[in-house]
Amino acid sequence: MSDHITLQIARYRPEQESEPTFNEYEVPYTKESAVLDGLNYVKDRLDGTLVYRWSCRMGICGSCGMSVNGEPKLTCATFLADYAPGPVRVEPLRNFPIIRDLIVDIGDFMRKLVRVKPWIVREVDKPLSEGEYRQTPEQLDEYKQFSMCINCMLCYSACPIYGLDPKFIGPAAIALAQRYNLDNRDEGAGDRMEVLSEYDGIWGCTFVGECTKVCPKHVDPAGAIQRYKLTAALESMKSFFAPRGA
Amino acid sequence: MIRRHPEPLLWMLFSAGGVVSAMLMPVLVLLFGLAYPLGWLTPPASDRVRALVANPLAAIVLFSLIVLSLFHWAHRFRHTLYDGLQIKHLSEVIAVVSYGAAIVGSAVAAYLLWQLS
Ligand code: SF4
Ligand code: FES
Repeated sequence: MSDHITLQIARYRPEQESEPTFNEYEVPYTKESAVLDGLNYVKDRLDGTLVYRWSCRMGICGSCGMSVNGEPKLTCATFLADYAPGPVRVEPLRNFPIIRDLIVDIGDFMRKLVRVKPWIVREVDKPLSEGEYRQTPEQLDEYKQFSMCINCMLCYSACPIYGLDPKFIGPAAIALAQRYNLDNRDEGAGDRMEVLSEYDGIWGCTFVGECTKVCPKHVDPAGAIQRYKLTAALESMKSFFAPRGA
Repeated sequence: MIRRHPEPLLWMLFSAGGVVSAMLMPVLVLLFGLAYPLGWLTPPASDRVRALVANPLAAIVLFSLIVLSLFHWAHRFRHTLYDGLQIKHLSEVIAVVSYGAAIVGSAVAAYLLWQLS
């Protein structure tokens, strides 16, 4: 025997409706049921027109982020039992344009991500014959935390600055820039500095800290931003005192 | 090349101000704002306090504390106005008023400390 809980799901077709409305669905749940399982139940049994993104069901792909009772959550890692007796309100992630129902437009984030070059940048690649790039466990620890980011955008959804000013490059992009800046194999810190030291880069952040609170992977983007602010401020002081220097 | 804008400098002043004011302000306010005036502790004789402030090193410490705290405030205040009230379009006016007030405050502090020395 399983219990039932009510899902209030935001439905929206921007071409046809002026604003989202909520539909209520009763779904069965056990203590293992995630919010995503509830959505799948609705889609499979009650209303096949509901659309939302998901893939891995295990907190890895980062595609199932939605707003659950107003908080940005990975719906595959958020359990219905924790919201009993309900109802549970499921909405698209805040701060993004809605494409349909629970699906948001992630284009802005994708464009920001490439701007910070989240890959290893080398002036000259080492020839294959010289073997792999070696790294000690300590060197790995320098950036490992930031490499846990799954691009779920919960931090953007939680960030009031991004909500007010979508030009702000945002938490995950900065954390990912640090992921590569702090990697001893990387030589792209200078390129990234150009993007991040803009006003819409790190300086947009006023250290609200919501990003770190909602991050399901403990990336601590707020910490990454603060640390990078210090790096960038010292760098800009250096270039101020030695304008033609290194 | 890194584009020049004053944000890094202002942020450095803001952070430094946060650190020094968090360390020193509570003690000073507790002593000179509460404990001495309310008689919880016997205040030091005023000529001793004056002699202390007249010491150039003490004056520099006090001056730095006041200037940094003011710039800390200015930065906070500016961002609170920007985001809290959502009046970013007035950004120039806000910046001039916030940092202007910090500069005026610093000048007043310099003048007073100079008078006491
Ligand atoms: S930093 Fe955390 S919340 Fe932001 S995208 Fe990465 S995993 Fe998601
Ligand atoms: S479905 Fe992949 S993170 Fe939730």
